[in-house]
Amino acid sequence: MTELRLHGLSYEDRLRSVDLTVGPGETVGLIGPNGSGKTTLLRCVYGTLAPTAGRATLDGDDLHALGPKARARRVATVPQDSATEFELTVRELVALGRSPHKRFWEGDTGADRERAGAALARVGLTELADRAYPTLSGGERQRALVARALVQDPALLVLDEPTNHLDIRHQLDVLRLVRELGTTNLLALHDLNLAGAYCDRLYVLEQGRVVTGGTPAEVLTPALLDAVYGVDAEVIPHPRTGSPTVVYLHGPAVGQKLSTM
Amino acid sequence: MTAVLERSGTPEHTPEGTSAEKRAPAAGTSRYVLVVAGLVLALALAGLASLALGSVRIPPGQVLDALTGRAGPSPYRTIVLDVRLPRVLLGVVVGAGLAVVGAVLQALVNNRLADPFLLGISSGASAGAVLVLVLGVGGGVTTTIALPGGAFAGALLALVLVYGLARRGGTMTGPRLVLAGVAVSYILSALTTLILAAAGRPEHFREALYWSLGGLGSARWDTLVLPVTVLALGIGLLLTLSRPLDLLLVGEEGATVLGLDTARFRAAVFVLVSLVTAVMVAASGAVGFIGLMAPHAARLAVGAPHRRLLPVAALGGAVALVLADLAARTVTAPQDLPVGVLTALIGGPFFLWLMRRRPEGTPL
Repeated sequence: MTELRLHGLSYEDRLRSVDLTVGPGETVGLIGPNGSGKTTLLRCVYGTLAPTAGRATLDGDDLHALGPKARARRVATVPQDSATEFELTVRELVALGRSPHKRFWEGDTGADRERAGAALARVGLTELADRAYPTLSGGERQRALVARALVQDPALLVLDEPTNHLDIRHQLDVLRLVRELGTTNLLALHDLNLAGAYCDRLYVLEQGRVVTGGTPAEVLTPALLDAVYGVDAEVIPHPRTGSPTVVYLHGPAVGQKLSTM
Repeated sequence: MTAVLERSGTPEHTPEGTSAEKRAPAAGTSRYVLVVAGLVLALALAGLASLALGSVRIPPGQVLDALTGRAGPSPYRTIVLDVRLPRVLLGVVVGAGLAVVGAVLQALVNNRLADPFLLGISSGASAGAVLVLVLGVGGGVTTTIALPGGAFAGALLALVLVYGLARRGGTMTGPRLVLAGVAVSYILSALTTLILAAAGRPEHFREALYWSLGGLGSARWDTLVLPVTVLALGIGLLLTLSRPLDLLLVGEEGATVLGLDTARFRAAVFVLVSLVTAVMVAASGAVGFIGLMAPHAARLAVGAPHRRLLPVAALGGAVALVLADLAARTVTAPQDLPVGVLTALIGGPFFLWLMRRRPEGTPL
């Protein structure tokens, strides 16, 4: 089981000395308003940004020092700029997730193809497997990228808004899937109720700093929502699951135009 | 929310292409074999036609006799074996080389408008070659190495320059890439002409035309050795790089998170494609648009993964250039046209069509 630790992680002025731990097998959510540094933090973890100070370690190994390939064998993600103008099929795109485990000249084996097929089935894209990826809808693309992260067979899964573009059923499916994998997971989420329901712990980012962290019940409080998001909201336990559920008070909020969805 | 907005730029649309583009290329190997077999047949026919047709028409039977060694010494035999055959083979090699380079460049810069000619790499190679030529570096026999060497330096310089200009500010957009390529290409072509004129070469206009538009007229058996070797090695090496090339198709960030050191890989492959381009240009001048059209057609036929794409693109490029050269020798006979005139006549409109059929929201 894998543990992620951030020690004083900083990136220019967008991320300021963040300490954070994701324990083995834990699912940890990052929440915070737009521009609070969630994506920057995740990028420093999955390696497309080099932290300007501090370290991110996976079981003690500095992720930045690992180099792209060794890192990709242990950390999978769904990156944001997956627009491509070349028409790989969905199956071909998903199969690329095996790359970190292969020498560059190696092709895919039968086992690789089976793995890709299974991942496509898990995200419900079997029927679209031979379609060209760019012809998919935003939600279908997102699920294809999740399937690609699955075939990567990671120890740590880092997801930036994995529920983006998805209808509510697929949002729940993807988050349930992430929890079932048994990987250590770090997710940035906008939807506070989903964050509260699917994460073991949450960290709240504001202007590049962690303002608080803890279980969803500790973190999701009316006072915090007011302080960080500037919204007036009630937090009540879900009638069936008991997980903290945010109910927004509509109408003129506290002088800010931000809305969470 | 920013993420939502950024990402919602491209979803939901379907490229408005032909049905052939919407349908994913069949993964079936039988279809692939069919495509390859069809191209090999087309190449054989185009080759035979090129051996038979020209200022002197040679009956196909005599062409085959000459090829199989059954013909005794005769003018026909000399024309077929010593004049036309090297020219056809050079067309095959250069066409295949430019097509493969085009396909790889398109992956490297993630833009299907990339082509060694349009990005100024061919012009760079021409300028480098001409410089070696007028300075007489190496002189005599070593010109076979010095000329491509100069071309290689020029090609690499042009590619690095264009890529650097297009990438300023961390992001690279299609328009910037193409504009930088065209500008650098013009500068280097002008330089080529200037060098030839300043050196007082009596034939400098004709030579300038050759270097900037290409031609296969200089083909001889002994000048084929280097292009054939470099093409074989280049294709072999690039085929082993299919996986990382495929990774580049999912974007810079996508490739990185799948374990590719994109900067290092791109730099290495830049050197390789510059070398292949340079050797092709040194042998035939700067022929344009083959590297644009052949990969695109090949992608429609067999899909984007490079292991399947590169051989088909190579065959397609070979067929295209052999046919273009045949036309260049015959349409205005007895006058030879620079073959680049014909590839540009077809490739230019093709480029415009590619540019126009981009779906809304896709960057140029």
